[in-house]
Formats: sequence, C-alpha cells, structure tokens
Amino acid sequence: MDVLEIIKPENQVFCKTKLMTDATLSYCPGCGHGTVHNLTIEVIDEMAIAEDTIGVAPVGCSVLAYDFMNIDMTQAAHGRAPAIATAISRLWPNKYVFTYQGDGDLAAIGTAETLHACNRGENIVVIFVNNGIYGMTGGQMAPTTLCGMRTSTSPYGREIENMGSPLKITELVANLPGVFYATRQSVHTHKHARKAKKAIRKAFENTRLNKGVSFVEIVSNCNSGWKMTPLESNQWMVDNMFPIFPLGDIKVDAKLKKS
Amino acid sequence: MAKAKGAIVVNNETCKGCELCIPVCKENVISMTSVVNRKGYHYAYMINPEACNGCTNCAVVCPDRAITVYRVKVPA
Repeated sequence: MDVLEIIKPENQVFCKTKLMTDATLSYCPGCGHGTVHNLTIEVIDEMAIAEDTIGVAPVGCSVLAYDFMNIDMTQAAHGRAPAIATAISRLWPNKYVFTYQGDGDLAAIGTAETLHACNRGENIVVIFVNNGIYGMTGGQMAPTTLCGMRTSTSPYGREIENMGSPLKITELVANLPGVFYATRQSVHTHKHARKAKKAIRKAFENTRLNKGVSFVEIVSNCNSGWKMTPLESNQWMVDNMFPIFPLGDIKVDAKLKKS
Repeated sequence: MAKAKGAIVVNNETCKGCELCIPVCKENVISMTSVVNRKGYHYAYMINPEACNGCTNCAVVCPDRAITVYRVKVPA
C-alpha cells in the first residue's frame, strides 16, 4: 500500500494536541520537558477540563510554559508556585490547579512552600521535573545533584562531606499526611512516557475528588547541562539517576507503599 | 488476521533532530536526513516506510510532537 493512501485525515491516530500552541518549544533537543508538557496537556484534553484548569509556571527552563500551553496559566516567583496554587485552589475550589516545577525551583528555593503546601494538603497537582541540575542558568549544582556528579559549581564532583547528599523530595513529602498520591516516573522511552501519562491522569482525577496534593516527579535528562547527546544522556540517566531515584509509586491513595 | 499499516509525517521545522524516536521504533523505520531545516537541525524521515505499523511509539517520545501518525488495517 502506498504511503500516500495511508496519510489521510480519517486514518490519523496521533497528532499534537490543539491545546498546545503553535510556538516552537524553547527546550534543547531531546529534553524531557517537552514530553512532560505534552503529556500534561494531553491529559487535560482527554479529561475535557481545559476550561477549568489553571496552571502555575515556575522560574527555570519551563518559565515559558504559559507560551506553549493554551490554557489559563500564571507565573510565580522562584519556588513559590505551590503558594500561588494554594491561593488559586482556595479561591476557586472547583478548578483544577497544577504547578509545573523543576528541581532548582521546587527542591531548592521553594522547599518551604512545597513542604508546607503538601503538609496542608492543598487540593493541587504538583508536576516536578527532576534533572539533577540547574539547567537554565548554566548547569549549577542543585540539591538533587548526584554524589560525584560534575557541574559548573562542583567541577570535581559533588562531595557528601561539604555539599550534602541528593535530596529525595518525593520520598520526603510522601510521609506528610496531606499528600494523597506520590509517584516517580520518567519519559525517556515510549513505555515510560505512557506510564507517566497515566500517573498524571490519576493526579488530576484525585483533584476532581478533592483528595489533596498529588505529587508527580518525572526524572528527566538535561543533555546540554550534562554535556551529552540526548541518547547518551538518557542512558546516563538510566545508569546513574535511577539507582538513586528509583521509579514507581511511593504513595497511592494515602497509603505508603512498602519498598 | 488484519494487519496494521502505518505512516508518519514529520514536521520538518519543529523536529530538532534529537533522535529519541529512532531506538523506540521496533521496525527501524526512522532515520535522520542529511539535509538540515531552517534552524540547522537534521530531521527525522521514514527510511523504511514499508515496515511502519503505526504503533505511535515515536510520536509519544517526541518532545516536540513533530510526528503525526496514520494507521489503516489491511487484510493479511
């Protein structure tokens, strides 16, 4: 069968969702941010809640998320997205509120806001993209940087003695009673991306049921910060990130999973 | 049993040539062009269009959603 016979509108099975704008994503080639943006918006599209969803963009690589997501968005000061989301979800209890944050935003500057919003059990979704580095500002060390990992501010590798250990924020917040769902996913292959989409869908459905914080961590690559090609960085992530940040559900339906 | 035949259309201008779609394609349909687009990236194309079964794996991992997938069922 000729390719041109297959390429017809009635045979289309997958395309970019209309809720993403036509603007080209500002991310580096192969960055997981683009996939996470699209999965989030596809979930919102499939649940038909675009009119009732308000997103909070952070400071970092994804600061321009409001340019790409064609839904109501606002932008918070560095790390303060959970505080803004708290206000929005309290003023409009029927809206779906989500924050989209990176590890420098959520795990460093916004640790206090994140922990307290999670502890209060606000009815929000937190999407946390963890790539172990400050990507936008030039690859500085973040709290989630692995031991021995070289960054521009730890050129000889991160040392535990004077720089501490990687912060496992998802395990940390999972212990708080306000958190209903905490999971860690990744988007580097089709299988992982489909699982991540299911996790994001579950998070938004928890918001519909007014259950509290749903915390979805996505372990992602930062190929330009790690100075690798996209495929090399994904392999490096599998070899080095996943042993420290193991994938899977940590808390489901307010019950901690035993590991 | 009906067999699925597929095809992909790559948006040449939004593809950034990250090559994430190549290893996830079990049928080895996708390769990178030798020419570049307006931004200087090599972009994906179907080097082996006969083998495509429209599984959408490439489109799901594409960070820029540059790939549109089409699929038809054909009698074996």
